[in-house]
Amino acid sequence: MITSTVAVSAAAAIAERRARRPGASIFAGRAHAPIMRNAYALRTTNALTFLTGFVEPVIFLVAFGYGVGGLIGSVEVNGVEVSYAAFIAPALLASSAMSGALMDATFNVFFKMHYMRIYQTMMSTSLGSFDVALGEIGWAMLRGAAYAVGFTVVVGLAGLLTSWWALLMIPAAVLIAFAFASIGMTITSYMRSFHQLNWLNFFLLPLFLFSGTFFPITLYPEWLQSIIMVTPLWQAIAMTRSLAFGIFDGALVVHVAYFLVLAAVGLVLTSRRLEALFLR
Amino acid sequence: MIRAQGLTKRYDDFVAVDGIDFAVERGESFGILGPNGAGKSTTMRMLGATLQRTSGDLMILGRDPAHEGPTIRAHLGVVPQQDNLDTELTVTENLYTYGRYFGLPKSYLMPRIDELLAFAQLEDKRSAKVDALSGGMKRRLTIARGLVNEPSILLLDEPTTGLDPQARHVLWDRLFRLKETGVTLVITTHYMDEAEQLCERLVVMDGGRIVAEGAPAALIREHSTREVVEVRFGSDRNAEVAAQLGDIGERLEVLPDRILIYTDAGEADLQRIVARGFMPVTSLVRRASLEDVFLRLTGRTLADE
Amino acid sequence: MRGSWRGATRVAEYRLRNMWKWRNSIIAFGLGNPVLYLASVGLGVGLLVDTGSGGVDGVPYLVFLAPALLAAAAIQGGQDEVTFPTIAGFIWEKLFFAMRATSLTGGQIADGVLLAAALRVVFTTAVYWLVLALFGAVEWTSALPLITVSTYAGLCWAALMLAVAANVKNEDGFLAFTWRLVIMPMFLFSGTFFPLSTLPLALQWIGWISPLWHATQLGRWLSYGMPLEPWQAALSVAYLLAMGVVGVVVARRRFERRLTS
Repeated sequence: MITSTVAVSAAAAIAERRARRPGASIFAGRAHAPIMRNAYALRTTNALTFLTGFVEPVIFLVAFGYGVGGLIGSVEVNGVEVSYAAFIAPALLASSAMSGALMDATFNVFFKMHYMRIYQTMMSTSLGSFDVALGEIGWAMLRGAAYAVGFTVVVGLAGLLTSWWALLMIPAAVLIAFAFASIGMTITSYMRSFHQLNWLNFFLLPLFLFSGTFFPITLYPEWLQSIIMVTPLWQAIAMTRSLAFGIFDGALVVHVAYFLVLAAVGLVLTSRRLEALFLR
Repeated sequence: MIRAQGLTKRYDDFVAVDGIDFAVERGESFGILGPNGAGKSTTMRMLGATLQRTSGDLMILGRDPAHEGPTIRAHLGVVPQQDNLDTELTVTENLYTYGRYFGLPKSYLMPRIDELLAFAQLEDKRSAKVDALSGGMKRRLTIARGLVNEPSILLLDEPTTGLDPQARHVLWDRLFRLKETGVTLVITTHYMDEAEQLCERLVVMDGGRIVAEGAPAALIREHSTREVVEVRFGSDRNAEVAAQLGDIGERLEVLPDRILIYTDAGEADLQRIVARGFMPVTSLVRRASLEDVFLRLTGRTLADE
Repeated sequence: MRGSWRGATRVAEYRLRNMWKWRNSIIAFGLGNPVLYLASVGLGVGLLVDTGSGGVDGVPYLVFLAPALLAAAAIQGGQDEVTFPTIAGFIWEKLFFAMRATSLTGGQIADGVLLAAALRVVFTTAVYWLVLALFGAVEWTSALPLITVSTYAGLCWAALMLAVAANVKNEDGFLAFTWRLVIMPMFLFSGTFFPLSTLPLALQWIGWISPLWHATQLGRWLSYGMPLEPWQAALSVAYLLAMGVVGVVVARRRFERRLTS
């Protein structure tokens, strides 16, 4: 039979069980459902779009690390002289985790939100806004993390990883990707056109260029340094760089806490925005 | 199943739904008829627990959607006005992922999807992408998707708008079958024929209010005569001729393009008009429909908007 | 011939009106990009390079970098201004088909798009040059030669990309791919940030075929007198010209065929 009206359906039984838990109105414990949806969709979208994301940090590493690096020689990190390529590699790793996550959390989310109306569909089922937010942010994080892992392999093959501690950059990149995805999706939920999203991209360029990616921020005046130190990409780069060179100090705890807070805030705000947009 | 009392939705200074009362019983197929902008879709979204009401009471399956949204939505099937199928997925994947949104396991969904594809007559299209489907197929897939969770109430917002006549009939046939299985249907439409075909009982909405309620046949009996004579004399002459036909039939409406004469003896009255020397350009005697009910109640045709 | 130009100017006028709607972002990107790159790579990385190896070609890194950034901005501006409208005109909005239905020919539409792109490139390049001058990266007297050579390169590249974009059947990431797989590698490996000769020979070919490298060579020669044989300069000019001529001829033919079949 197509439907049964006498007995309670399986879907209803699941929802009723869940309804007794706290937070049931926004979270059904099913963030994996949107992730699975995206995994199916990946097969039908253009794989090249995804793959070319791996290329960008690599060509920057080659051009700046080896090309410009040949003109620079070595850079001092924490009193130790390191090659310029080894200096920028952790920064490029952090920025690829960021941009990978943002690619998904901005343009793709906007398209799904306003053109494909995927979230409207999801929110008309028993999924809650937190399921959708967590699932979508988690998916964007996976993309950022994939780029970061791929790039770590390249950096390792290039002989730029000096200790096993450097592998901790991978979980760090996952955290960075999650936090950027989370904030990125919140911001995207306020955007009304692709044009506005382009502006968002515009603000990423200064982040990329001034967060200590290509040179230590100690070259700047102190007041400028303290502004930069609050921005997320600097925090990310400082974290991956200290892991790359095995510097474990209090600052590392601050960086981790910074991203945990950013991730949590973005997640809660995104969930609220989805409520406001689709469950008014 | 559904009880609404004084249900109201207000956007700033615009009242989309203005204090409506109605109830839908188990197994019933209930229609909301009205022109575009009458507040049908807004009502539907409140019933679907995806839009909060401004005031009034609404109980769905004995629960308040303001507090138990996810649980209520697990009992509902939703077919929105515009297809919002997932265009990045195939037909089967659309049904499967939708089922997963309800937390249904694969072992449950696989046989269910086969049933639904058979129901929607889409068995040959399993691995087709959504964009490759015709309008009618997309609609049927959207309905099948709404049934994945075995809903006790299915909400259909303008289910056949934009479909060609043949696709509409196929869809109506599917909805009849569904009704036979005992699922409660709530359907909005601005097509009278659709409301007469599908709905056992309906409310007529206009400007956010309910202006009439009842079974289609009863509404027609109550607000109209049995037959209607439609005559056209050309747009400049209609009013002039109408002035001289006042004694024919029970009642007469002059529209810009034609005159409607409400009567219980259409053929005879048409003869009388001709006998008086008025030769209509076209003439038609038909049974009264919900369109006439709507015209009577609001002074406007459904197509006016 | 005169009628042909009038048609092209009408198309260009429409394109310029369209750009005017985007003037805020055009100005912000036009000013923001040079300021950001100069302040970051020019001054920051420049300090590392100048202390590390005393500059390049006997001049400070900033001076070495400036002509390359200018040419890159011209080429990227030209790229944007032909690819977006062409994809939109054929695929998204299909406006070219409506234009073709008037008295305009495909060739005139192609010329018009390119003409508007040329004006945008002149504007972008002039703004960029001004920022370079304010940073002290170029001499004030270099205005005419540098702006001319960069615009020339940007226009030749735009012509080629106009022909390429006219052949795109389905956008499907075309704009993103060309950016990531053509524009970015060209930007990074055309001797922009470091002399091409420091790259392994296996990668130097990227520079030789790159219009950016040729434009950069000419720009450096004109800006601070980087040694360049006359035949090398002539070859670079000719290479860019060939690119532009092929682009215009193919684009005109392709536009007309696509709009009439």
